[in-house]
Order: sequence, then C-alpha cells, then structure tokens
Amino acid sequence: MEEFSILIGGQAGDGIKQAGNAIARVFNRLGYWIFVYEDYPSLIRGGHNFAMVRASSERIASHRDGIDALVALNQEAVDRHSWRLGEDSVVIFDSDTAKAEGLGIPMSGIVKRRGLPAILRNAIALGALAAVLGIGLDVVEDAIRAAVDKRVEENLEAAREGYGIANGSPWAAEGRRVERVPGGPRPLLTGNEALALGLARGGMKIYAAYPMTPTSALLHYIAAHEDELGAIAIHPESEIAVIGIAQGAAYAGIRSAVGTSGGGFSLMVEHISLAGQAEIPTVIVLGQRLDPATGAPTYTKQGNLFFAMFAGHGEFPRAVLAPGDANEAFHLAAEAMNLAWRFQIPVIILSDKHLSESTFSFHFDISRAATEPPKLWDGAGEYRRYAQTEDGISPLAFPGGGAVVKANSYEHDEFGITTEDADLIAKAQDKRLRKAKALEEYVNGKEMVSVEGDPEGKIALLFWGSTKGAAAEVAERIGARAIQPLCLMPLPKRELEERLEGAERVVGIEGNSRGQFCGWLRCHGIQVDGVVLKYDGRPFAADELEERVRRSLR
Amino acid sequence: MRASDLKTYAKNTWCPGCGNFAIELAARQAFVELMEEGKLKIENLVVLSGIGCHAKMSDYLRANSFYSLHGRVVAPATGVKLANPELTVVGFAGDGDAYGEGLEHLVFAAKRNVGISMIIHDNGVYGLTTGQFTPTSPPGFQGKSTPRGSPEDPMNPIALMLSSGATFVARAFSGNLQHLKGMIREAITHRGFSIVDVLQPCVTFRNTWDFFSKRVYDLQERGHDASNWNEAMERAREWDYGGGAGEIPIGIFYRAERPTFEDRVLRGRRPRELPMPELEKVLKGHV
Ligand SMILES: Cc1ncc(C[n+]2csc(CCOP(=O)(O)OP(=O)(O)O)c2C)c(N)n1
Ligand code: SF4
Ligand SMILES: [Mg+2]
Repeated sequence: MEEFSILIGGQAGDGIKQAGNAIARVFNRLGYWIFVYEDYPSLIRGGHNFAMVRASSERIASHRDGIDALVALNQEAVDRHSWRLGEDSVVIFDSDTAKAEGLGIPMSGIVKRRGLPAILRNAIALGALAAVLGIGLDVVEDAIRAAVDKRVEENLEAAREGYGIANGSPWAAEGRRVERVPGGPRPLLTGNEALALGLARGGMKIYAAYPMTPTSALLHYIAAHEDELGAIAIHPESEIAVIGIAQGAAYAGIRSAVGTSGGGFSLMVEHISLAGQAEIPTVIVLGQRLDPATGAPTYTKQGNLFFAMFAGHGEFPRAVLAPGDANEAFHLAAEAMNLAWRFQIPVIILSDKHLSESTFSFHFDISRAATEPPKLWDGAGEYRRYAQTEDGISPLAFPGGGAVVKANSYEHDEFGITTEDADLIAKAQDKRLRKAKALEEYVNGKEMVSVEGDPEGKIALLFWGSTKGAAAEVAERIGARAIQPLCLMPLPKRELEERLEGAERVVGIEGNSRGQFCGWLRCHGIQVDGVVLKYDGRPFAADELEERVRRSLR
Repeated sequence: MRASDLKTYAKNTWCPGCGNFAIELAARQAFVELMEEGKLKIENLVVLSGIGCHAKMSDYLRANSFYSLHGRVVAPATGVKLANPELTVVGFAGDGDAYGEGLEHLVFAAKRNVGISMIIHDNGVYGLTTGQFTPTSPPGFQGKSTPRGSPEDPMNPIALMLSSGATFVARAFSGNLQHLKGMIREAITHRGFSIVDVLQPCVTFRNTWDFFSKRVYDLQERGHDASNWNEAMERAREWDYGGGAGEIPIGIFYRAERPTFEDRVLRGRRPRELPMPELEKVLKGHV
C-alpha cells in the first residue's frame, strides 16, 4: 500500500483550504484515494487553520495523526504539528515567517518581489511539495487549473517558482517519488456536496436553509448549482420559516428539503411534530457540531442522536439516517427523499462537521439511486387525505388537481377535518402506528447495515455516521468486523443481529460522551462490551482510534 | 356554485354573535364571486390557518386547506406559492397568531412581496385560550394574564405592514359585510402580498361591536389616495388601536405594484417542471 499524509497549516486567510484542495487534486490525478480533513476555528482572519490530505493506493476515508510532510506557512504550524512527524517526514516552511528543520523557502519574500497577493504563498508551497515528492510539474499545473477559478496564471507562476527552488534543493534529491497507481481519478466530494447531489437525485426541487455551520456549504453549493441540480435554493428569515416553507411546498406536491445544525434544528422541532400529525414529507439534514448551545461551531460531535430521534411532541413515525462517507451521503440523501414521500413522514439525515466538510473520493454507482414515485390518489370517488389503509399510508393528492386536500395539525378524521371524538382519535393514532410498522418492515427489508473489515471477525466494531472512515480502517487492520447501521431509527434490528452473530466482543465507537447509540442498542436488547468515546470536537484519526481500540480490548 | 357549497360538514363551534361568522361568510361570497368572474378556480384555492378561534376556517371551508401551527401560517403559505404559483393562496390568522407568535414571518412576507393574501381576524384577544391580551389589545385591557390591565401599548399592524413594504394594506370590520367581502376580493386579486386587518368582535372575551360600529368610516368614500404611501401612513396613524373617541378608518390604505417574490425567485421556472439533475456533468467538475 502506497500512502502519503500531508498537513498544510497557517493562519485563517492563508488559503489553507484551497491548498489542501489542490494537493488532493494532484494525488487524485495520480490514481490515489483521497481523504481531506479540515480544521479551522470559527473566525475569518487569524487563528490556526490546517488541512490534512491523505492519499492512498487503497480505499480510505479517514486521516491519520502521523504525517509524511508538513507544509508550514507560519511558526505556529511548525510548533503545533511537529509531533506528527516521523523519521522520514519532511517539513516545507516559509523561512521568512518560521524556523524549522527542513526545506525553508522565503515564500513571503517571493510573493512580495513578484508583486503577487500574499495568499499565493500556498501555491509556492504546493509547487515545492510536488518537487520534494517527485511529482511532475504538469500534474500540479493541471490540478491548479481545475481547483482555482481566480488568478490562475499567478497561481501557476507561484507554483513553478516553488517547484524550481525545491527541485534544486537536497530535499528533492532524496529520491522520494510518488508513483502513479492504477485507477482514478475519482470525483472528490465533501459530505455536503454528496448530500446535495443525493437530495437532487431523490427529486428535491426546493432547498431552504438558514446559514449554520456545518451545513452552510450545502446551501451555498445548491444555490451555486441550481441549473445542474434542477433545484431552487432559498434562504428565509429563520429556521422556523425554513421548515414551514419546505412543508408548504411539500403539501403542494413539490419535494423539498432543509438543512441546519443543532441550534436551527431546535427551532424546527414543532414543525417535526406537524410533519408527524399532518403527514407532510419533510427531509431535514442535521449537521451536528460541538454543542450544547453555540458550542464550538467548526468542530465536530455526534451528540444529537437522541435529539434527532425524539425531537417533536407526540408519537409518530420518523426515520433517522446516518451516512458515514460521501457515498453513503449521496445514497441516503436520495433514500431520505424517497422514505419521506413513501411514508409521508419526517426523515432526518444525521451528518456532522466531520462528514459534511471533509472531502472523499466518491465512487458510488449513481444509477443505484432514483426518485421513487409515492403512493398517489387514483382519482376514484371523493378524495380523503387521511384515508384509512392497511399499511397506514393514505394516497397523496395535491391542490390544483381537482381533489380537496385538507392537511391538519389537529387530530382529524379521514377527510382532514378536526376531531375530538375518542373513537376517531384512537383510529388516527392506530393509523400512524401501522405506518410505523410498515416503515420498520421496509427498513428491515433494505440493506441498511454496512459491513467492512472481516465479516467473520471475532471482534466487532459497532459505530454510526462519520466515525466510519476511521473505524472501518481499524477493523481492516485488526481483523475485526466493522458494523454500521445506516438507518438508526427505526433500527434494522434483524439485519444488525445477523451481522453481529458470532462476534465474541462488541466495541461501540462514538463521537460523544455518553455512548448514545450504545444506549439505543440496549433499548433493543443489543449489548456492547465496551465503548470508545471522543468528545473534544476532533474526529477520530485512524491511528489514534486503532490505539484506543487495542487498549479497550486488553 | 353558491356560497353554501363551500361549506364542509364540520360543526360550527364559534360563539353565537362572534365576528368570525362575518369573515367566513364574506370569504365564501368573495370566492364564489371571483369564480364566477373567472378570476379564481376553486381547485386552485389553498387556504391556510394558524391556531385559534379564527383558524377553524380550515375546517369550515370546503377547499384545499393547511391547518398549520400557531403563528405559522405565512411560511407554509410562502412554500405553497413557490411550489406552484398558479395557486391562489389565502392565509387566515389571528392577531395573536400573526402579530405575536409568528410576527417575523409577516414582516418578511411583506418585505418579499410574496403573492399570498393574509386575512387577520383581529379581535384584540386570544380567544381560544380564553381571553388574554394580544399585540393589538388596548392599554389597560384586563385579560386573564393581565388582571391589573395590559402594561403595554398596542402595536399598529397597518403602520407596521406599510413600513415592511407590503403592497396591499387594508382594514375591514366584521360589522360591514359588503365592505369586508370587497376587501377580501381586492386582497385576493392583488398581485403580490396583501393583508386585511379585520376588526373582529369577540363577544365572549372582548365585545367591540358597539365600539367599532360607532367609529369606523370608509377611507375610499372620503377620497383617500391609496397610491400615496405617506398619506397611507398618516391615515394608519389616525387610530393607534387604543380606546379613544376618534374615528377609525377602514378600507384600502395603500396599494402598489412591485415584482413578487415568486417572480424573482423562480424567474419563470416552475418547480414541477425543473429538469432531473445532470449528475454526471456535475461530478466531472469534481475531479
Ligand atoms: C406554540 C403554541 N403556543 C401556544 C398555543 C396555545 N394557543 C392556541 S390558540 C392561542 C391564541 C390564539 O389567539 P389568536 O391567534 O388571536 O386567535 P383567536 O383565538 O383570537 O382567533 C394560543 C396561545 C399553541 N397552540 N401553540
Ligand atoms: S371566543 Fe371570541 S373569537 Fe372565539 S368564537 Fe367565541 S366570540 Fe369568537
Ligand atoms: Mg385573537
């Protein structure tokens, strides 16, 4: 296995994200699988930013603490990350702003001399990195053209200069050579981008959101790609308006979705209950971040599982889906649209900072996802919006089509007229319960548990969501099975138990402090033998998690 | 079609003498007239309501309806209009509903000029929760939550809507059915956001029949120029929703034309007709 981990660090405003993106594109062109983790504080200028790009000849979806190359645009980047360096690692730094052992290039001086904007130090660094790793200048130039849309020529000029200097240095002569590996290049997608594509694939025509990290980029992406996605993005006055508008659109027959984080989701809660009662298909992307309250906005956590499962007063069915990488984000976003419309329920897609904003090599067969038609009224007799049916699902009709369509947040009769009649109330609740049952059966009939590593391994690592990348890799390395339900509510219990059969030790892994998912499993009679938790805002790195899992097994 | 054809089988549970009856009847009559004139298709009508006595409109009207949450009429109405701009979207909301719990949505709907009509059943009280003061109750109003009298001055929704950019602002009175029907008709046929603040007596918790009957006058009869925003604001401030002895104008305060939200957002597109995504093309840009 060929692999490289590169960290580029500097201040906010130094173009770290763009540089990480360009490095990823370079390796992508050489056939590598890519994962990019981005770490930045919640501010616009200053503060320490870094991107970790990992490239591997094998499929990966996580970063490692250890790195092969550190690209430091300031002293802080050197000081903060030198612990990650191994014996053969190389440091490339701006010798005008930092001191370190390695290849120093006077990047600040160069941009000044050439009259380039200071941000183009990142391109000098990229060129130098390529030279040190033995990557051809043509690959770098190609990647810059693909990654940059402004000042392309100046970027190329800076990269060439960095390349030239590094090429003439002893660091380039050490014989490091990143070889082209078979496969690729593959589309590089953040979790947010994959969610956008999946929602569109599932028929979403209107997306409404109020900006909130880590799903703001989902709004930005859809807004920027309305034509290609066949969807319209809107940004109303609050999250309450966001979900209200989405539900109005759904009532009128248009598939809609919303995105937010914990704070905005809190404001939407009453409308989740409305979705349950009025049976309005409602798709919500909940990008978790470190909380409570405003928390640490740009850092990650898997802390909203219970909140997503139980938000909203009343007993009504819902689905909570938890993708772990870009493939699953695409797939489950399309699935969320279809589930919401098939069952006329709220569906919550749980993402988090780590999934939403990390970059993955996307390799999902998109033909596997489509917009599935919902159950529609056949036009016979008088339309009853809440007609009693065996599976609890009433056929849909929309205003403008001739039927009188009455949606109601009060308890109602089949036509949709408010009722307080004891018998009708119980019947209406029974209908929702039948729907819940139908949903549960449906989920159990789909493949809703992902298995990686050794499916027969004696040790089972059990986790959900963005922990996937690191946990699957650890399972592979220690010969364990990696088991990850994609639907957390309803729990695909049958399938999960089958996957766990024969495992002698089950270790739960979660990015929160109380093991919420393990608690949920206990409610279903599934026990874990130990838990590995992390709740410092940082996602598990693969090597870090391996160490922690091994310790927990001792 | 007759107005009575627009009734459902739901049993009416408003208190006898309630001002809501007039609003409901005026609305049905307005719908029927507009249908007969070819200005409205009943299958294209969507009514929405919040929660409160007023909100029973959703149950009583034989039309597409969205019986929403308290304070949440405007946002779903906006969603309906965006989803299908061919629909005629009419929201019925209470004063607690529209001016209290969900005020922000109303201000933004006016700012955006979204093509919905809001009919506010303004009884100056929370009816359904048995009589507390609302944003338009007069100072000193003794409700159940303010037994020593409301410690606040009322807001003036007409002035607020004018300031927010509403392109149709009117006031009506339950005691003047013909005029009320006319205002509802005008609101529905207006292109863009329209609001009618209907002075609606609540016989049980705030009986204002006498008070309003003695004071209201019709702006249009006195030659008010509804195209003049400054004049509209002046007329709006003639009555501050308090108790005083002065006159109270009803009628159209202001009417203007401005591009609608749906025009500006949709740019001729129809959500139903948007093409399927071109994913292959999008993915190519990500390599
Ligand atoms: C979120 C929420 N808070 C409170 C209530 C209780 N509630 C129901 S109706 C109402 C007030 C209704 O007043 P208004 O909107 O003026 O309508 P009216 O009954 O006077 O027609 C309240 C507070 C509710 N249903 N939902
Ligand atoms: S309480 Fe007041 S508003 Fe409600 S129905 Fe009775 S009179 Fe009408
Ligand atoms: Mg009221």
